[in-house]
Amino acid sequence: MRSTFINTLIEMARKNDNIYLLTADIGFSLFERFEKEFGERFINVGISEAAMIGIAAGLAISGKKVFVYSIIPFVTMRCFEQIRVDLCYQNLDVTIVGVGGGLSYSTSGATHQAIEDISIMRSLPNMKVICPADPFETKNAIMQIEDSKGPAYVRLNRNNEPILYNKNSDGFNIGKGIKLIEGSDIAIIATGNMLETAIRVSNKLYEDNISVKLISMHTIKPIDKNLIMECIEETKWIFTLEEHSVYGGLGSAIAEVICSNIYKIIKFKSFAISDVYTDCAGSTTYLRKQYGLDQESIVAEIKNLINTDVIV
Amino acid sequence: MLNNKEIKELSNTAIYIRRKVVAMAYESSSSHVGAALSMVDILTVLYFKRLNISPENFCNPCRDKFILSKGHGASALFAVLAKRGFFDEELLGRYSKNGSLLAGHPKKDSVDGVEVSTGSLGHGLAIGCGFAIVDKSYNRNSKTVVLLGDGECNEGSIWEAAMFASGRNLNNLIGIIDCNKLQGFGKSEEVTGLFPLDTKWKSFGWNVIEINGHDYNEIDRAMMLAYNNEKPTIIIANTIKGRGISFMENKLEWHYKSPNEQEYKLAMKELF
Repeated sequence: MRSTFINTLIEMARKNDNIYLLTADIGFSLFERFEKEFGERFINVGISEAAMIGIAAGLAISGKKVFVYSIIPFVTMRCFEQIRVDLCYQNLDVTIVGVGGGLSYSTSGATHQAIEDISIMRSLPNMKVICPADPFETKNAIMQIEDSKGPAYVRLNRNNEPILYNKNSDGFNIGKGIKLIEGSDIAIIATGNMLETAIRVSNKLYEDNISVKLISMHTIKPIDKNLIMECIEETKWIFTLEEHSVYGGLGSAIAEVICSNIYKIIKFKSFAISDVYTDCAGSTTYLRKQYGLDQESIVAEIKNLINTDVIV
Repeated sequence: MLNNKEIKELSNTAIYIRRKVVAMAYESSSSHVGAALSMVDILTVLYFKRLNISPENFCNPCRDKFILSKGHGASALFAVLAKRGFFDEELLGRYSKNGSLLAGHPKKDSVDGVEVSTGSLGHGLAIGCGFAIVDKSYNRNSKTVVLLGDGECNEGSIWEAAMFASGRNLNNLIGIIDCNKLQGFGKSEEVTGLFPLDTKWKSFGWNVIEINGHDYNEIDRAMMLAYNNEKPTIIIANTIKGRGISFMENKLEWHYKSPNEQEYKLAMKELF
C-alpha cells in the first residue's frame, strides 16, 4: 500500500505543483523517485516529528497541499499535540500518512505497532480518519483527499497487500462504507488490514449457510451512519473487525452509532486487540492468533455466539 | 539609527499600547499582563517601523509575517493590531468576554492580522520555517519573525525547528526571544539549564544578536542586521517582565494576577 500511496502521489504531484511531501527520515527505497522528480517539494525534516507538523502547517497556511509521512506511532502520537493545535484547531490542509497499521511491524515490537491511533485521531475535531484495506482503497483515498479540505489521517498497512476489489469496482467515497457482500443474518464490518480476513471469514460462514452482509468501513470519521443503520435494520448481529485496540477504534465508533439509534434488539461484538501490548516477536499471522484475530478464531467465535443466541 | 522624533513616536505608541494591555487585563480579570508588557517595545518597533505588514497588504503573500509563538502575550498583539488598524479598537473591550473573538491566546482568522493560532508553547518556530521555505521558493524578499519566550525555549520542538532552519539556511527567518527571565514557576535560570542561550543558538547554526529589549535603537538595529544575514538570526532581547509599571516589574506573580481597581488606577498614572 505504501507503493500505491507514493505512485498515486507522484501522478498527482505532476499535475498539482502545490503538493509537498514531508517525511521524518523514513522512506528509504520508497521516496527516491519523488525526491528526484520534485526536488524542493520533497522535504526530509529529519527525526523531528513535532517540527514536521509545524513546518507542514506553515506550508499549508501558505497555500500548499501537504502530505506528511512516518511510521504510525511517530507521526500520530509523538506529535499529537502539534496535530491537534497546528492542524486541527487551524483546520489546515495537511494529510498525515502513517505506515504500519496495527501489527504490521510484527517483528519490531510494540514501539512500532499502532493499536491506539484510530482512537486518538478520531477524537480530534476536523480530522478525517481513513483506513484503506488495499491498494484500490488507498489510491482512491489519496486522490479524493486532493480535492478535500482540512486535515486527514490515512492509516496504511505496509506492502504486498492483495488487491481485494475487481477491476470494475467503483464507488469509493470518503465517508461512505462499501458493501462487498449483501446478506441478512449478520453484518461484518471491517476496516483496513482486517478486511482480507473478513472476506475469508464471510466465505467460511457462507459454507454454513450464514448470510453475511460484509462491509468495508474504510472511513472511521466521518463514519457512514446510514450503512450502520442498514445493518441494524436488516441483520441480528453486528461484528466489527479491526487490528486496533478494543478501546476507541472501529468497534467503539460503530457501537456509538448503534447505541444512539437503537430501536430493536441487536447484538454486537467487536473483534479487536485486547488491552495488552505484544510481548514477543512474530509474523502478523502469529500475533493475530495470540489476540484471537485470525480467521479460524473469528469464525469459531461468531458461530458460537450465533448458535447460543436466544432471540426473545 | 533612529532619530529623536522617531524614538518619541515609538515611545508614545508603546505607552498607548501598555495602557490598553493593562486595561484589557483589568476589565477581563485575566492573566499574563506581565508577559504582555515585556514584549510591547519589541512589537512597537516591528509593527510601526520595521515589518512590511499592514491592513492593506495582509493578504499579499509577499508581506512580512509575524508569529506570536509565546501566545499568552496575546493582549499586546491585539492592542498593536488594533492601533495599526487591523480591526476596531472597540473589540479590545471585549477581550476574553463571552462570545469574544479575542481570547486569551491568538486564534488564526479570528481577526485580521493574526497569522497563526498559538498558546501552546514551542509551535511557532516550526510554522515560521514553513513560511520561510515558501517565501524562498518564490524568491520573495519577505521575512518571517517569530517571537518566543525564554521559558518557551525549554520546549524540545523549538530546537527541532532551530536545527532545521539553520540546516536549510532559512536566513529569511528571524527569531526574537522576549527574555524576561521569569517563567511559570520560577526564574528561568533556576528551573532548567536554559542559559547560556546565546551559545546554544550559535551552536545550532544561528546568527545571535543580544540586545536591550526596551531600547528602540537596539531593537531596530538588530532587525536591520538580521535582514542582511546569511543565516537565520535569533535576537535575544533582555527584557523585564511587567515592564512599564513599577510594582509589576520583575515579579513572577504578574504572570498570573490581574490588576484590581486600585492597581489599575496606579498603573494608568504611571503610563502617560
